[in-house]
Amino acid sequence: MTWGLFLTQVLNGLQLGVLLFLLAAGLTLVFGIMNFVNLAHGSLYMMGAYFGAAAFAATGSFIAAGAIAVVGTLVLGFAIERVALMRLYSRDHLDQVLATFGLILVFNEVVRYLWGPSSIYMNAPEALSGQVTLFGLNYPSYRFAIIAAGLTVAAGLYLLINKTRLGMLIRAGASNAEMVSALGVDIKFLNTMVFAMGAGLAGLAGLMAGPILSVQPGMGEPVLILTLVVIVTGGIGSIRGAFYGALIVGLVDTVGRAFLPILLQMTIERSIAQAAGPAIASMLIYLLMAVVLALRPQGLFPVRHG
Amino acid sequence: MVDFRSARFWIPLVVLAGFALLPVYAGLTGQSFYVTLFSRILIYALAAVALNFVLGFGGLVSFGHALYMGLGAYAVGILSFHGVTNGWVHLGAALLIGGLFATVIGAVVVRTGGMTFIMITLAFAQMGYFLAVSLKQYGGDDGLTIDARSLMGVVDFGNNTVLYYAILATLIAALWLFNRILGARFGFVLKGTKSNERRMLALGFPTLRYKLSAYVISAMVCTLAGFFLANFTKFASPSYMQWSVSGELIVIIVLGGMGTLFGPVVGAIVLLLLEEILQGWKPGIYPPFEEIVNKHWQLFIGLFVILVVLYAKRGVYGYFAEARRE
Amino acid sequence: MKAYLKLAAATLLCMASFASAQTPIKIGFMAELSGPQGALGQDQYDAFMMVVQANGGKLGGVPVEILKEDSQLKPEVAVQIVDKLIERDRVPIITGLTFSNVLMAVFKKVVDKEVFLIGSNAGPSPIAGAQCSPYFFSTSWQNDQQAEVVGKYASDKGYKRIVAMAPNYQAGKDFVAGFKRYYKPALANEIYTSLSQQDYSAELAQVQAANPDAVFVFYPGGLGVNFVKQYAQAGLKGKYPLLNISTTDGINLPAQGDAALGAVLGTAWGPDFKNPQNQKFVAEFEAKFKRIPSQYAAQAYDSALLLDSAIAKVKGNVADKKAFMAALRAADFKSIRGDFKFNVNGYPIQDLHVFEVAKDDKGRNSLKTIATPLKADKDGYFDKCPLK
Repeated sequence: MTWGLFLTQVLNGLQLGVLLFLLAAGLTLVFGIMNFVNLAHGSLYMMGAYFGAAAFAATGSFIAAGAIAVVGTLVLGFAIERVALMRLYSRDHLDQVLATFGLILVFNEVVRYLWGPSSIYMNAPEALSGQVTLFGLNYPSYRFAIIAAGLTVAAGLYLLINKTRLGMLIRAGASNAEMVSALGVDIKFLNTMVFAMGAGLAGLAGLMAGPILSVQPGMGEPVLILTLVVIVTGGIGSIRGAFYGALIVGLVDTVGRAFLPILLQMTIERSIAQAAGPAIASMLIYLLMAVVLALRPQGLFPVRHG
Repeated sequence: MVDFRSARFWIPLVVLAGFALLPVYAGLTGQSFYVTLFSRILIYALAAVALNFVLGFGGLVSFGHALYMGLGAYAVGILSFHGVTNGWVHLGAALLIGGLFATVIGAVVVRTGGMTFIMITLAFAQMGYFLAVSLKQYGGDDGLTIDARSLMGVVDFGNNTVLYYAILATLIAALWLFNRILGARFGFVLKGTKSNERRMLALGFPTLRYKLSAYVISAMVCTLAGFFLANFTKFASPSYMQWSVSGELIVIIVLGGMGTLFGPVVGAIVLLLLEEILQGWKPGIYPPFEEIVNKHWQLFIGLFVILVVLYAKRGVYGYFAEARRE
Repeated sequence: MKAYLKLAAATLLCMASFASAQTPIKIGFMAELSGPQGALGQDQYDAFMMVVQANGGKLGGVPVEILKEDSQLKPEVAVQIVDKLIERDRVPIITGLTFSNVLMAVFKKVVDKEVFLIGSNAGPSPIAGAQCSPYFFSTSWQNDQQAEVVGKYASDKGYKRIVAMAPNYQAGKDFVAGFKRYYKPALANEIYTSLSQQDYSAELAQVQAANPDAVFVFYPGGLGVNFVKQYAQAGLKGKYPLLNISTTDGINLPAQGDAALGAVLGTAWGPDFKNPQNQKFVAEFEAKFKRIPSQYAAQAYDSALLLDSAIAKVKGNVADKKAFMAALRAADFKSIRGDFKFNVNGYPIQDLHVFEVAKDDKGRNSLKTIATPLKADKDGYFDKCPLK
């Protein structure tokens, strides 16, 4: 094993991490501020990918596709929040789980109806379809772009949340929503803003995943489960937790997958290692989450109260 | 106390009587397929009743009970694979494995609550799913075919009708068991913990232990459903443990009426029959629309679920049972 | 006016055929039609119905009623559907069957009831060997055959170092094992990924580090779209030939775009086959559905042709199981893949080809036949099948 390979794997983990962060950021705020479990967040990611793929095919411009994907999911998020989900904030988690579970079915079928059951085509823009060379190994430039875009968004969110009035309200809402509304803030508006923003970020994640993953019905579910793991590991309601949680999950998953089978092959027989390696690697992040929750139920980086 | 005029009394009675008579009707009309359809409904009802015990009465929203269905199914599958055909051994192994997993997992999860509880139960179920997928010797993702149904002595599971009645009897026994537990001190502590855990702690009840016991009991009844599912399909598959199955169980509970003992049974009938009807819905009024319904039936299930949550919170059975009492 | 007359004539014809009062033969068509995996089943159904519709709702000159059922990739649902088809609708024939796990879940149930099971995609090994049944016929292949032909091809090409990659489940391992049956050198590495894994960046980095002569993979459905895109982006396309099964298939090609160009796929049928029946099939399918048919469509089309020939042979009397079985076994139809015969276990004896993804004469990405490494191939399990 060379340093180049190790570095490549770390970059891969980082890339998965920032993608997860885009999803986790919106979801964790919705969790934290509205105390709302939104399983349909993965569906917004899927819609972002579809909007992006369709717009990219129609316009040929990735920038335009990005704008349409983000604005499209933002509007969609706004609409479903106002029509259905808003009424569920005061309900218990069970109702929320159920209603958003229903939404997943609806979104998957709508996509199947509009775009057909097969995956649709979306590739990276021409300028980013090559590779860059690192320690003698090639790394796809598109993945670099994802990392860069993800970190930029993270920095932007940091500024938004720590330096603006809206951010202050969001922080206040995450630590004590009732108090914020008692102070005369239009909490309904704040909720809708946060929800739509989260939807837009999910749409952005969907767009960025479009060129590396297959754009198809149901693509939101696996990533939703990963995002839930991120949020719970990082600490519900905390953007900081979402960021570190996403990076940890991304790195553990990728590095585990890459090196666990090799490590196992050094200790046990090759054929067993080949079978057991990926099996254990795929359980690794759930194991991580279970351990974190058992030892620190509030997550690794919880919201600071008081 | 039983109020003979209340809906809580006669709905279960009528439904259970209907279940009991169904094979007779199927036999008379020569439509033995109904026995199969309703066997599946009964299995889901049994699992949902078990989940409802912790979810509806204990306030523990487990999003991973499909794991226990899967464990029950694999207990039958793996034992049969190794030539053990005795059904009582299958049954014992299923309950044992289910109980063991539930104790270990439960010990971790009941310490948490709210959203964390939902997520952590989901995580454990996912781990079980990936474990089953990686069991290469037992079919991995393709699942494990079971040559013959469990041998249960005089009770011949090989006969669909006998299997049907066995599941029905188990469901009735489970309802009776949960009814007894809920009417006893244990049930009161459990319900009290749901509404105010701190008070129960202050009263000196070790609520953790109560929650854990409830979780284990519920999980074990769920493995029973898995045991029957494996016998019914002669197949054990990782897909039994998929997170969407856990979701379906919750849908069934809420559809029927959460926090009512019999609600999940009604919910299972409504959901599974609705799926069946939507797929074959052809009244011939406007065929293009009907074709969309047949092809995209999940869309309508999704909308139905959302509408139930928004407007019919108490569920179908809950609606009737409560309406009469008011 | 002309169209109107045509319609009237068709109605009359319809009524005439009703007047001749043959009750239609019911055929159960069960496949994955909903959810993410629905594309394969849809292709199977579309192609099957093409034959039925072209014959005016008949197969073998007898009216048929196709009962379409969606098994949702859930074994327990499939079991229930099969019960319904057999017990309520009393179908003598069930066809379709997309995935191996669903086929395995219903196989015994169907053949024990002496109902004919005509698979047009899944080809698991247990039912090719010891568990084979005279009631089962497949118009696709035994799973391993597709891997074997790629293994033979790799061996003929003289590749020295090959890395194999597949999802970590039964089919994935079977395919790698099948590949090794005809490719003797030890593999440089075998990498198994979790079935739910979407991103292969970590593994592709390992492939690159191994610097092989070629890469052999099996990534069906959406996994294949992910894989091929990422393979190209990592710069491995063109550097290491991508040998595969079910990865750059007809369903995936439109979603993969140029990332798939140059990949080599092994299977039994390709859209560029020159025989007249195939040219007719491809032209009609493209005209009707505006896409190139996939191998799944082709296999289902063959299954409809097979049924057509066998039902005609017994003059619609499918209740005579022995005669119908013999008629199916004869495989007396012009398969769109050319020569086609059944082995004792109900799987075909057929040529297997490798195809390269290339632009067709209309500039679309399609599969082009480049070699036929295995001729009149029999699967590796039939000698364990007790049937003669």
